[in-house]
Amino acid sequence: MNLAESIQQGDRRALARGLTLVENETPEGVALLAALGSGGTAHRIGITGPPGAGKSTLVSALIAAWRATNATVGVLAVDPSSPFTGGALLGDRIRMLAHTADEHVFIRSLASRGALGGLAAGVYNAADLLDAAGFDPVLLETVGVGQGEVEICRAADTTVVVLAPGSGDIVQGMKAGLLEIADILVINQADREGADALEAALQSAVELRDAVAPPIVRTIATRGEGVPELRALLDERAAAGAEVLAARRLERARARLRAAADRHRAEAFWTSHGEALETAAVEVAEGRLSAAAAVSRLLEDERR
Amino acid sequence: MSTLDERPIRVLVAKAGLDGHDRGAKVVAAALRDAGFEVIYTGLRQTPEMIVATALQEDVDAVGLSLHSGAHMSLFPRVLELLKAQGSDQVLLTGGGIIPEADVEALMALGVGQLFGPGTTLAALTDYIRDEVMARRGVGSAPPHP
Ligand SMILES: Nc1nc2c(ncn2[C@@H]2O[C@H](COP(=O)(O)OP(=O)(O)OP(=O)(O)O)[C@@H](O)[C@H]2O)c(=O)[nH]1
Ligand SMILES: [Mg+2]
Repeated sequence: MNLAESIQQGDRRALARGLTLVENETPEGVALLAALGSGGTAHRIGITGPPGAGKSTLVSALIAAWRATNATVGVLAVDPSSPFTGGALLGDRIRMLAHTADEHVFIRSLASRGALGGLAAGVYNAADLLDAAGFDPVLLETVGVGQGEVEICRAADTTVVVLAPGSGDIVQGMKAGLLEIADILVINQADREGADALEAALQSAVELRDAVAPPIVRTIATRGEGVPELRALLDERAAAGAEVLAARRLERARARLRAAADRHRAEAFWTSHGEALETAAVEVAEGRLSAAAAVSRLLEDERR
Repeated sequence: MSTLDERPIRVLVAKAGLDGHDRGAKVVAAALRDAGFEVIYTGLRQTPEMIVATALQEDVDAVGLSLHSGAHMSLFPRVLELLKAQGSDQVLLTGGGIIPEADVEALMALGVGQLFGPGTTLAALTDYIRDEVMARRGVGSAPPHP
């Protein structure tokens, strides 16, 4: 049996191996996704928000909610890689331990691997693979504070932004970031002081948007409170969603293709211009050339 | 080397047994991260079954088990047995704690990797894991243990 068949038969070790192949963008991974098809039926739900808001705890509570109705749940939990060493500490699973031994739940921790501006291409591939392997929903947890998380909404059909009391300051400063990508806003840790103030701040912030204001849900993830309501909103989107989700998927496909093409172009460019870069860098460092002029020259060279 | 051989080394750091602090395991996890590894950290009181289920889903190269409960002679063999049972033979099982020399030898004879006592430097640990994992990746078909 080949890897694709094993994955389709529900072999978890094969799936784990497959995820490694696609995460690392190997030729075998590309072939695997081609053999399986990239799914396209699972509801992909992005869960983002500031550090410590309770995203992982909420993911765990959501897994429980879906398991109660026999869904098979896939989770990708992304944490940042150190830009200096490339290392990463992936600790989201610690909040999801209750599901470790459940064979209908598959959790994979991924490092962001220095992807500029958000998610590594491997994360999109991994979501495709879980989707193709029959997991539905597929949950994607990422840390977000206002910039890079625009990416998560491109990887997901639905984006849930999780905030907690104390993130009020963040709300002030993130008008253009987190709030705009939210399809659903969650006020988690609603048992803590400040939930009302946060809700008021969110209300007035979302009213300023031109788009339809996202629903706001309060949760206490540690106790599972508010989770049925959140799940109902998600189910509603999945059910009503054919059109909404199709539009989102088109956008996602576009962004992915563009990113892949950009990477390809950049790689080709630097492969042929690596030396010219070095020469120009020396000139810029010595003050003989401005960086802007150096870039023009490199691009000029390319056109020749 | 292919991209696959060059991928970051993934290590699961878990604390087995019932004793209640994980400071040591956290220090090790941070050191491995600083050495460029992708470290999956699952914290306290992991059962052997949880450890191997996590190792499988995360497709790790190595499992580092920290324990101070004196249960090493049951926990290490059990984890090793479960790893083999699920086909994760390639995975390096290593770890640390206060383990008498005779027990270390017995465990290594079973196929457990090097075990590190309280005096070891973090550099020795990371170097060992890197060398051992790269050797296992490089010689895919060779038996994982000498
Ligand atoms: N009081 C209270 N604490 C909560 C709630 N949800 C989560 N927590 C706690 O908040 C802390 C952080 O929770 P996580 O789920 O790890 O948060 P996170 O957003 O995933 O954190 P990062 O992944 O590190 O960004 C933990 O100690 C949780 O137990 C809640 O509803 N109420
Ligand atoms: Mg988390």
